[in-house]
Amino acid sequence: MNNHNEFERIPPEKFEFVQMDARLHDKKLETKSRSFFQDAMLRFRKNKSSVAAAWILLFLVIFAIVAPLVSPYDINDKDKLYINYPAYVPEIAELGWGIMDGSKIHGSQNETSMNYWNGIAVETGLNPVLDIVKTTTTLVKYRGQMVERNVYDLKVNRYYELGVVYRIFSYAEFEKIQAWQDETGIQVIYPYVEPKDIEGISDNPNIWYQVDSKGAAVLDDDGNFVPMYSTRSDIEGAPYHSQRIAGDDGSYIYSVKKDGAVQARVCYYNYYQYLNGHEPSYIFGTTTLGQDLFSAVGIGARFSLIFAIVVSIINLGIGAIYGAIQGYYGGYVDMAMDRVADVLSGVPFVVVATLFQLHMSAKVGVVGAFLFAFVLTGWIGMAALTRKQFYRFKSQEFVMAARTLGASDGRLMFKHIFPNAIGTIITSCALIIPNVIRSETTMTYLGIVSLTDLAGTTIGTLLSQGNAAVTTAPHTLLWPSLFLGLLMISFNLFGNGLRDAFNPTTRGEDD
Amino acid sequence: MAKYTLQRILYMLLVFLIITCMCFVLIRMLPPAVLPAGDPHAEIIEMRREAMGYNKPYMVQFGIFLKNVFTKFDWGVSDQLFSGQDVAKLFAERLPATVIVNLYSILFSIPLGIGLGIFAALKKNTWVDYTISTLTMVVISVPSFVYAFIIQYVLSYKLGWLPFLMKSGTDWFSPEMFVSMLPAILSLAFGVIAGFTRTTRAELTEVLTSEFMLLARTKGLTKAQATIRHALRNCFVVVVPAIIGEFVGILAGSLIIEKIFSIPGVGRLTIDAIAARDYPIFMVTTCFYTAIGLAANLVVDISYGFIDPRIRMGSKK
Repeated sequence: MNNHNEFERIPPEKFEFVQMDARLHDKKLETKSRSFFQDAMLRFRKNKSSVAAAWILLFLVIFAIVAPLVSPYDINDKDKLYINYPAYVPEIAELGWGIMDGSKIHGSQNETSMNYWNGIAVETGLNPVLDIVKTTTTLVKYRGQMVERNVYDLKVNRYYELGVVYRIFSYAEFEKIQAWQDETGIQVIYPYVEPKDIEGISDNPNIWYQVDSKGAAVLDDDGNFVPMYSTRSDIEGAPYHSQRIAGDDGSYIYSVKKDGAVQARVCYYNYYQYLNGHEPSYIFGTTTLGQDLFSAVGIGARFSLIFAIVVSIINLGIGAIYGAIQGYYGGYVDMAMDRVADVLSGVPFVVVATLFQLHMSAKVGVVGAFLFAFVLTGWIGMAALTRKQFYRFKSQEFVMAARTLGASDGRLMFKHIFPNAIGTIITSCALIIPNVIRSETTMTYLGIVSLTDLAGTTIGTLLSQGNAAVTTAPHTLLWPSLFLGLLMISFNLFGNGLRDAFNPTTRGEDD
Repeated sequence: MAKYTLQRILYMLLVFLIITCMCFVLIRMLPPAVLPAGDPHAEIIEMRREAMGYNKPYMVQFGIFLKNVFTKFDWGVSDQLFSGQDVAKLFAERLPATVIVNLYSILFSIPLGIGLGIFAALKKNTWVDYTISTLTMVVISVPSFVYAFIIQYVLSYKLGWLPFLMKSGTDWFSPEMFVSMLPAILSLAFGVIAGFTRTTRAELTEVLTSEFMLLARTKGLTKAQATIRHALRNCFVVVVPAIIGEFVGILAGSLIIEKIFSIPGVGRLTIDAIAARDYPIFMVTTCFYTAIGLAANLVVDISYGFIDPRIRMGSKK
């Protein structure tokens, strides 16, 4: 004891530095040193499929960020008539490549419908029939004679096909459209046709010519339509002083009175330009709600990615701390904590998601409740992984050394052991993200969780809407599915590549 | 082994009970469904609720629930979807569709998956192996409902070979029923096949490089003999539990596939119950899914011990 005390009493000035100038370190390395991370990146780059996956992933992420920004449409722009319409970009359609021309094949059409579309083409100048794909001539018996009948498969532009629609305007609005017409020279309002002149057809605004009792066009001797525009100025709704259609001598009326407003026939394609300031242009087509599918997929994707990353980070944090405590202390602590994890992991996810929705969505919002549902069980895998790593490292010499030097438990856990496990943990994060996206998509598809109010739309919602129109509008299903499929594949490939790069010992193992 | 098995089963039951209790309390905490006034069923349901202790403390309610389940197998009555009907009966009616569709898909997947896996392992590091491995990776990554959409569009709509939805009726084993189930079976099978292929390939490649295989060849067995007698046997130590686990898992089925092909199964019932806030039905399906999940884990763990005596964990205790 005495001795010890004497040592402590050595006055400080008696100490002197031995090597004040000499630098005490190993000989400088000949080659450039590589950090753990650089080393892993080097290995990662050798794995070609993972590199390709990383590029695809980058592309998808950029798509998710950029698509909603470059699209002229907002997610709340819901067109009431352009519903489930195929892709259409006027600039590309004009090139005649057969892509993005808003076309749909109408099979087995007869002369009557040919005339109907021709009627739209003659009146509005927008010919819906792009191409006759196939003509089948059959002989049918008609009034005791064999008559040739043509049946066509037509490629029809759905945006033009809509033709003219009835719309009701206030007087001010009607004036505004006329002013816009004068300014741009685009005809929006077309002369009014009284139903009584066209065999009482009041539900089809596209008939402006003489028809027979079956609704088929009656052509004159030259094969032209016979216009049936109304000239009754006594029923005219509002004065019309804008440009008139060809063949109008000034007597046609362009609107009728309707409950304190005016009803007019408007060419929807041109009316759309009046409303939006540009022609309809949908790169992926439109959704069931009339949204632009391109921006909808982008917005859904953006939500999925952000949500999955947030969930992964939270789970990573909780799982790492939980697993670290489990693995570090071991014994009864480990056992007790393992039992808690066992119970939580036994609850099916659909049940968790539903219960959280029902209990918490009023307080923390739908997304908040959904996030909690993911966090409740999501960290378990991460905790198990961390625990395993801790068991591996905790009895190694460097830990023993640090402990001998008096490092606290917390320091040992997070300064000494955890950095060794970080590679494994980070890479498994890359494999967790696609699983979160998959669950999220499933839940929104099933409608258990509805995120449309907050996120606008999600991939799952889009798929669910598209599935209802699988036969009529396959594109509504194609793009979200393609996006999801690509995202899943590239995430998994990328994650596997990362894991192989960070843990070269487990290369080739799939799990 | 028996002791270990018993321990595991008891532990599983305990976990199951805790989860059931948690879910039960959480479900009962929600305001019960409002019953339509004047409906003759409403009165019955009201009386049933009184008998089930809706106004008593939650743990008392849980006690009554457990008592009813164990003594009379009474899980309550539906109060929204199927007013006044017995929930256990509703559930039992929907179980066959789920089980049969999933059973077909797994029976279809086992030979294909294992066959492809063996083939890939035997041709390791050739283009065959690379193709199979890459395809497996891709197929596993893509969610099953994407296949469902492709099948529905291509096979059902464009080619018209298969019906869109599953036929109604209870003739589970008639040929028409099988055909109407095919889209769902195929959509489910993709992922399962890929899973089996991956497990088999990974395991078999490892076994094939082990030393006892070299010994088998040195003692004069042909490659085929050695593979069948030694490698496959060892590789099945891992593959068989995976299959067994999958078998138990098939009971749970797939919520999304059942919705797409309108299969009148448990998944549909669950989704409908959630949408209609029919808590008694939701409680049953919750218990069911929990039990299936736990049982699948348990069976896999125990089957490891049965198949391979070397891994009888805990049996020495």
